[in-house]
Amino acid sequence: MSEDYREMWKGLGLDLAAHDMLLEVLGKGYGDIYLSQKDRPEGMGYFDFVLSEVHGLRIKELMNEKAAGKKVIGSFCVFVPEEIVRAADATLVGLCTGADFATEEVEKLLPRNTCSLIKSAFGFKLAKVCPYIESADMIVGENTCDGKKKSYEVLKDLVPNLYVMDLPQMKSPEGRALLKAEYFRFKEAVEKLTGMTIDAPRLKKGIEIVNAKRRAIHRLASLRKADPAPISGLDALLANQVFFYDDPARFTDSVNKICDELEKRIEAGKGVFPKGTPRILLSGCPMAVPNWKLPWIIETSGAVIVGEESCVGERGTRNLTDASGSTVEDLMEAIIDRHFKVDCAIFTPNPDRLAHVEEMFHEYKADGVIHYGLQFCQPYITESLPVEKALEENKIPVLRIDTDYSMEDVGQLKTRVEAFIEVIK
Amino acid sequence: MLCAGIDIGSRTIEVVLIEGGSVVETRQAASGFDPLQEAMRLLDGVKPDRLMATGYGRHLLEVAMDTPTVTEIKAYGAGGAFLFPEVRTILDIGGQDSKAIALNGSGRVLKFEMNDRCAAGTGKFLEIMAQTLGYDLDQFGREALKSPDEIQISSMCTVFAESEVTSLLAKGKDRSHIAKGLHRSVVKRAVSMLKRVTVAEPLLFAGGVAQNPCMVDMLQEATGTTILVPEAPQMVGALGAALLSSSTP
Repeated sequence: MSEDYREMWKGLGLDLAAHDMLLEVLGKGYGDIYLSQKDRPEGMGYFDFVLSEVHGLRIKELMNEKAAGKKVIGSFCVFVPEEIVRAADATLVGLCTGADFATEEVEKLLPRNTCSLIKSAFGFKLAKVCPYIESADMIVGENTCDGKKKSYEVLKDLVPNLYVMDLPQMKSPEGRALLKAEYFRFKEAVEKLTGMTIDAPRLKKGIEIVNAKRRAIHRLASLRKADPAPISGLDALLANQVFFYDDPARFTDSVNKICDELEKRIEAGKGVFPKGTPRILLSGCPMAVPNWKLPWIIETSGAVIVGEESCVGERGTRNLTDASGSTVEDLMEAIIDRHFKVDCAIFTPNPDRLAHVEEMFHEYKADGVIHYGLQFCQPYITESLPVEKALEENKIPVLRIDTDYSMEDVGQLKTRVEAFIEVIK
Repeated sequence: MLCAGIDIGSRTIEVVLIEGGSVVETRQAASGFDPLQEAMRLLDGVKPDRLMATGYGRHLLEVAMDTPTVTEIKAYGAGGAFLFPEVRTILDIGGQDSKAIALNGSGRVLKFEMNDRCAAGTGKFLEIMAQTLGYDLDQFGREALKSPDEIQISSMCTVFAESEVTSLLAKGKDRSHIAKGLHRSVVKRAVSMLKRVTVAEPLLFAGGVAQNPCMVDMLQEATGTTILVPEAPQMVGALGAALLSSSTP
């Protein structure tokens, strides 16, 4: 990393020593887990570059945008509609989480039995190592689970610009009305922040930018139906993770390039693992960079991941937003319709999710489902038992894993995952 | 063909040699602090045609000498079904893991449950509790079985249970009553794990903890079935690995 990033990081108020440590760990983890994979698509070189510059060049780009008067909005959730942000020429970025950091400091503010994702987000903030949260002009918290909802009350005192979005918990007309009211309120907040009026052409443009990104990721997902799988689950997960950070046009372009390459591989019958390798559908909690633990265990145990039923994955990217409307009202309705279909476990009841797990299992020709529950994530862990039962009734093998970001259970997890692969082989 | 299976567990390592469908030799040693070295020592002088490793330390041999590996779960399934062909469920409680395994009737694993990182309900838990009560491990199970009374222990966490035991001792409670309560709590946990895979009979109890007479007795009582216990419960994994080595190319 060059000196001029250090100045930039200093300017953002990062703790340089702690940040160096983070980058070192991240770089080493990436090398061990990603660069050690065999037969990766050449196009993944782009993602290697993005990851190596995730706190460097990408932040510099954001700083340049800010210098040109544009705004950066940070979020933790797929319910924050990127279309509205893009409509105001602002940039939406996913905020840092995915690794344990400054846990002792976090536990002064949050209960110990808070999930790793929330603790980690606080850790990055408290240790001053996330350039995204430091460069954001607005941070959007959203009332999904109780853990996040209540922790935003604490985060409010740590950041100057927290905006909290309420979310429905039921897929009822009243629930939709709440989402609608909240998305209109968010639109106003974005307009106020950017000093811009979001009219229909702007909104349409915003929808098209995000749809293009989603289309590229849909194309990537669909190529993973091939056997042998043309891309590892780890690499596909990385593309889904970078979805939240990168410049959208460049991301779309890069994913499409990888897809061109994968199509050729499929035509030639080539893959990253031999034909007939057991195929796993991952389902459950989202995995943010650098939370690659479970996929890494799975793909070094003789199986390949062919889909992610997750917010960092198909739950988050499923469905395009209808861009055909010609008024702000119509286009906003389309955005609300699209997001109201997200089958997050905060909804009760949540039958669509189970249906999607089954659908994905068949569509991606999986041999088994591994349910990933982040310890203390009440919504997903509570759903994991009925999901397991329902899938087993339909003769779909399931392995339920509850874990966190620490590495202390890797040995046991490896035994369980390997045994599950032995069972489905 | 001489086939060897080695089970590198957290507390002990076992080697089983089979030839022509019967066991010709077994060996055992403590895992110690350098399980790879102990494993090599245990294999010293053995020249099997096939070798397969299982257990927590199986990957040590995979890395060191490219030995094929199999999980304890599949190995216990194969070993259990060899000893008792009719077995449908296996409970394996070892040094740091406990597992409930459902079999299809011919040794194939249908479903399994396993403890996560925590040592609650494993051999390690019993070992630490025995120490706290001043028993050696053999004595612990025997005394608990003999005890007419039992004190309920509410904590399953090794650390919390230890302080609970210490405070009971400080109140002057009889250590054998406490020992019995501790066994009960491990059995309760094992039974709830068994229920997750649905217990089909007959049930085989294996792993080091199956040598504990109080555990066998209480498990029998809790499940209402006769429990099969192999002569050498710690050898089942290594036996299974030896059997599987002979059937893999």
